[in-house]
Amino acid sequence: MTIETATEKKLSDMPDENGHFGQYGGMFVAETLMEPLEELKRAYLMYMQDADFLAELDKDLSDYVGRPSPLYLAERMSRELGGAKIYLKREDLNHTGAHKVNNTIGQMLLAKRMGKTRIIAETGAGQHGVATATVAARLDLECVVYMGAEDIQRQALNVYRMKLLGAKVVSVESGSRTLKDALNEAMRDWVTNIDNTFYIIGTAAGPHPYPAMVRDFQSVIGREAKQQILKHEGRLPDALVACIGGGSNAIGLFYPFVDDQDVSMYGVEAAGHGLETGEHAAPLCAGKPGVLHGNRTYLMEDQHGQIIPTHSVSAGLDYPGVGPEHSWLKDIGRANYVSVTDTEALQGFHDLTKIEGIIPALESSHAIAYVKKLAPTMDKDQIIVVNLSGRGDKDIHTVATIDGIEF
Amino acid sequence: MSRIKNCFEQLKQQNKTALIPYVSAGDPNPDITVELMHAMVASGADIIELGVPFSDPMADGPVIQKASERALIYGTSLTDVMGMVSTFRESNSDTPVVLMGYLNPIEVMGYEKFAQQAQDAGVDGVLTVDIPPEEAGTYIPALRHCNLDPIFLLSPTTTKERMKIICQHASGFIYYVAVKGVTGTLALDTEEVSRRLDVIKEVTDLPVGVGFGIKNADSAAAIGQVSEAVVVGSALVNLVEKNALDNDKIIKEISRELQSMRRALDS
Repeated sequence: MTIETATEKKLSDMPDENGHFGQYGGMFVAETLMEPLEELKRAYLMYMQDADFLAELDKDLSDYVGRPSPLYLAERMSRELGGAKIYLKREDLNHTGAHKVNNTIGQMLLAKRMGKTRIIAETGAGQHGVATATVAARLDLECVVYMGAEDIQRQALNVYRMKLLGAKVVSVESGSRTLKDALNEAMRDWVTNIDNTFYIIGTAAGPHPYPAMVRDFQSVIGREAKQQILKHEGRLPDALVACIGGGSNAIGLFYPFVDDQDVSMYGVEAAGHGLETGEHAAPLCAGKPGVLHGNRTYLMEDQHGQIIPTHSVSAGLDYPGVGPEHSWLKDIGRANYVSVTDTEALQGFHDLTKIEGIIPALESSHAIAYVKKLAPTMDKDQIIVVNLSGRGDKDIHTVATIDGIEF
Repeated sequence: MSRIKNCFEQLKQQNKTALIPYVSAGDPNPDITVELMHAMVASGADIIELGVPFSDPMADGPVIQKASERALIYGTSLTDVMGMVSTFRESNSDTPVVLMGYLNPIEVMGYEKFAQQAQDAGVDGVLTVDIPPEEAGTYIPALRHCNLDPIFLLSPTTTKERMKIICQHASGFIYYVAVKGVTGTLALDTEEVSRRLDVIKEVTDLPVGVGFGIKNADSAAAIGQVSEAVVVGSALVNLVEKNALDNDKIIKEISRELQSMRRALDS
């Protein structure tokens, strides 16, 4: 026995082999899905150690997605806020316009190696659906995307993009007709077609191994950001900021820094009309632990355990749960979870557009809105890295409508 | 002896197959449920499976999803459902009642409190769709402490190794999900089911009920040839949906369907 073997377990060693992050995560699914999830777990564990797989993934991320994405110093924004230096991790510049494609590329390569011929996905804002339809087109696989009827209305542009890419978009009319119901419906499809179908979950939630797998595919964001900030500044940042719906872009940025205790982490939830109104999508800030979509995590629920409707101006954040790793990071105090309202997010959208010439997605605008509060409280020699998880083209129509403009 | 075990032993002596109807509590309104339970017993039900409405019934097809939505319009909660069982028990002390639902309402109430209240209400077994034994932790001990049978699902994808683990934790009966899919799925292959039941019988002495895909008296009779129990859900809930504005008609239609299944099973 050496002294090294006695060292404490690192935070990055999570989850355990059954997908638990402390009391969160796990595999809370009906029996029919247990074996397919085990099969997926075996494939994921094997290929994440497989040199050929990783080489193909790297090649696709660089040549098809356009990685590494730049880490951009937002000089004017930093100056105007009068505090910390603000760097933007430009996931908005990825092919398909958001971080989502990092994960769909990875899962699609896994699907191909597992011999699956049919791909299904759920989507909220449509970014994950577009990213899935894109990679399915490239590999000539049948693709079905489930989307809440409400979201289909809000994100008509992305619906058309998916159709152009050859995907079938199924409108989900059950429940609240949003992202959570799309996820239910995709699960029902999967359980019915498990022999030939691979379900690409878009966020770091769902039953094990999805939260860990999605995190691992999205961690390219944080790994690059770490190298880039060391190159630019010669040191690690003081704070990381990212928006949180299910939490995949946030965990992708946070995870490679999770053992660097001096780096603060801020996950920004959607406060919608305000936490006090109950009309929001902020389970970490205002919810309670429960079990939904295959994992134990913070949820928006009533006193009887029914999941309650959420609200956010941003369809991608409009989800009553959150990835289980975030629930755990909250409870152990490693990450801070905060929220901004629709109004603040919209202001963030306009600010970044005018100040830096970058139109952010409404999801990412939540992170920008929080940076506006955080940066002025910090010193000029401190550094914030914010994940600009997607571009705002898909939201132009929504913002215009709110601003009273008709095309 | 548990009411469920007793029920299966009596049926075995009579060489009969158990008929287990499923309805969602509070569907289409809370007034009907207790009366419907009594009517189902009168029409030949041996065990009643009572669905606890949940906002996100991931394992259910559209028919039972809509049943949950109808029941939730009235806010039918887990506490309300146990109240219905309690009322049912005022004039029925023999027919076992199994609650079937999802984990979150139980999680929110707390396992111990739930088990105690369920026992007090006269519940006999609990089937929670989204809690495999691996995650069950204190859930199973809490049920056992209150003499409630934990009922688990086996599916066409369950390996023999997992079957052993699951059956070690289960009591009352085993629920075999006859098809890959959600509740109310079409097409059920009796021969395939029979082959799978042979495997299940190698690992457990518990009675096995078969559900998901039993549509009518004919399919009930076919499956009844090879299993100790048949579970009928969506076929009955369909009748609720069709007659949602008329409680009397719902009771009449469901009674007629069950009587026809009973006759088919017994002949």
